[in-house]
Amino acid sequence: MSENAATDTGFYAEEMTINVGPQHPSTHGVLRFVVKTDGEMINEAIPDVGYLHRSIEKIGEKVTYHGYVPYTDRADYLAAMFANQVFCMAAEKLGNTEVARRGEFCRVIACELNRIASHLISVGTFGQDIGAMTPFVHALRERETINNLMEEICGARLTYNYIRIGGVGYDIVPSTMAKIAEFLDHFEPIVEEFNRLLSGNKIFIERLAGVAVVTKEEALSYNLVGPNLRGSGIKWDIRRDIPYSIYPELDFDIPVGTAEVGSVGDSFDRFWVRIREMQESVKILRQCIKMIPKGPAISKVPRKFRPPAGEYYARVEAPRGDMGFYVISDGSEYPYRVRIRTGSFTAMSIIDKLSKGIMVADLIALIGSLDVDAPEIDR
Amino acid sequence: MQSLLDQMMQEGAFAGVPKEVVYAIAMVLTALVVLSVFVAPLAGLTSWLERRVWARMQSRVGPNRVGPQGVLQWLADGIKNIMKEDIVPAAADQKLFPLAPYIVFMGFLCTFVVIPFGENLIVADLDIGILYILAVTSLVVVGILMAGWASNNKWSLLGGMRSAAQIVSYEIPAGLALLTVVFLSGTLSIQGIIKAQGWAPWDWFLFHNPFTFCAFFLYFTAALAEGNRTPFDIPEAESELVAGYVTEYSGMRFLFFFFAEWGNLYVIGAVATSLFMGGWQVPAVFDDHPVAKGIAQFIVFFLKAYSWVFVAMWIRATLPRVRVDQLMALCWKYMVPLSFVCLMGTIGVMFMSNQWQWVFRAVTLGFAIATAINFFRRVGFQLTEAKPEIYLKPHI
Repeated sequence: MSENAATDTGFYAEEMTINVGPQHPSTHGVLRFVVKTDGEMINEAIPDVGYLHRSIEKIGEKVTYHGYVPYTDRADYLAAMFANQVFCMAAEKLGNTEVARRGEFCRVIACELNRIASHLISVGTFGQDIGAMTPFVHALRERETINNLMEEICGARLTYNYIRIGGVGYDIVPSTMAKIAEFLDHFEPIVEEFNRLLSGNKIFIERLAGVAVVTKEEALSYNLVGPNLRGSGIKWDIRRDIPYSIYPELDFDIPVGTAEVGSVGDSFDRFWVRIREMQESVKILRQCIKMIPKGPAISKVPRKFRPPAGEYYARVEAPRGDMGFYVISDGSEYPYRVRIRTGSFTAMSIIDKLSKGIMVADLIALIGSLDVDAPEIDR
Repeated sequence: MQSLLDQMMQEGAFAGVPKEVVYAIAMVLTALVVLSVFVAPLAGLTSWLERRVWARMQSRVGPNRVGPQGVLQWLADGIKNIMKEDIVPAAADQKLFPLAPYIVFMGFLCTFVVIPFGENLIVADLDIGILYILAVTSLVVVGILMAGWASNNKWSLLGGMRSAAQIVSYEIPAGLALLTVVFLSGTLSIQGIIKAQGWAPWDWFLFHNPFTFCAFFLYFTAALAEGNRTPFDIPEAESELVAGYVTEYSGMRFLFFFFAEWGNLYVIGAVATSLFMGGWQVPAVFDDHPVAKGIAQFIVFFLKAYSWVFVAMWIRATLPRVRVDQLMALCWKYMVPLSFVCLMGTIGVMFMSNQWQWVFRAVTLGFAIATAINFFRRVGFQLTEAKPEIYLKPHI
């Protein structure tokens, strides 16, 4: 308890300290906030991270390059494909390995499907945080279909271990490709329905418009990435600005926050950017299915992968923003050092600043709109 | 009820027993019968139906294992909760903590005294029926505040405080909206109000004039807020306050809170039906058959009341939750002034001549029908045209 403040009436007003988490319905995993409140108003919310540390970076020094790929899945289990890809990109660059062209297309297809799945979880749980239970179940229903597709592509539903150094583990067969196309046709009206049910809801908009506004300057100084940064109106996307893989050949837009209902950078803008990114992913997937060439899905890579000494920082645009792997090689079979940089960790740092003077319900909306993912914070 | 007892006493059925004792025993027996035959299964079945309806709206299956279509799920839940350990947290208030659920339950149960099931099926037709309902439903807030304070848990305390502020505020628009009907019928007795209406929609107070039409929706909204239902379920807001005032409760005590909540849904529907939608009124064709009339009255009343329970479920599946300050702003800035306008407007209409009243009635009815048609057209569009293909079965 903080110091008591005597008011004019002689009563004492005390600040109440509440622990939001580590076990709390809306922290999506083990995440803790020490919240100092004056009844409903929050004076301070200090994030406390470290509950899910699994020392994935240290493990990287103890296993081979090939053997490390399954561990990268666990960095962010909602978007495992991106961690696969970014580590493989770093390893390929270090080892000067060519990536099979069909493999690149398979990577993009798998990644964009995964982006849709991850954003579905994000917008669904966001709705649940605001109190709408139905959109969450609808979103998970669609994600289930993507999980089925992923199972057909690589045999796993959550931690894929699909992208390997030099390409992908398994080629996408034509029947699966047809199913993906069928899913896209099915998914586009679902997004419309989702918008009718949740995004256009008056109560939902009233809860989010103008709440927890992140200005352009704040977003840059706090190093926000991904949809959180774009929600503040900054058009920055690794896929376009530091192009990798086959993204330069594809045609897609980068949605940014446009003050749809409140001001630029509020909670609704961040939510709305995710919704439109799903639609852009559908567009990318359609092009990939049309453009995918024939050929091997993986190039020849030695079983004992020994890149020459050097270092490289690879980055991709993951659903939670800029995800980077910094890999140092000393010429041996094992990486000398692996460092992972994720978007949720930086997003956590701004919560302290934004939480001053908002209400308890708004704090929940803020956490949900930043889409922080507990495993990704601690790695 | 009383007349029946008097008749039996005159015939010498209870020879030697004082009159007051007979009355007291009869009252307790009636309460027990109402409780065990109607209220308990009703609250239980409502919980099952809510879970099924909700599951369907969310393209899930819902409980379907206990009994046909899972209809006995509530019994299984009840047995499970009775057999659980009765936990009172060490830091909680040892006297108030166990007491709170029963006060909440009592507040809800007392309303069944004046809620009719038919023309002659009512526990007691109090001549202050509406005042009585408003009074005993206020008892619920005492129990909730007690639960929030006695749990000695910060989430519970926040939930209790929110609930107290919410229920006390929303009693005002609810009371004012009900007052329009009291003015129209000139009585506070529920049976008297029902008798002032007819079986046909144009005889209902709902369509009497535009102001009562608004008053009905004001009452329904305020009643949802009083019953802690979505979109006003902030006292037990799961994603914010863990479980609000019920955080520390488990087993049967926990169930009592939700017993009251689900039963309260029917009370909301029943009060709305009695006051605005003609209650148990049936067409005159049943007049010759007293038994058939009684059954028809019960069915008509129950269906009307339960349709509003379904609407409450529908709302719960659709809408997000409002914030505390928005909730208060909605009540004090919009609903209280609006209900005053409804009250004054109704008084104005009452001063008009009979022909003008019929004009108002026709206009309201026409507007209501047009709104209903538009509403069902839109819902139908969502159901048929805009419905994307949904995989109800997992395709493996």
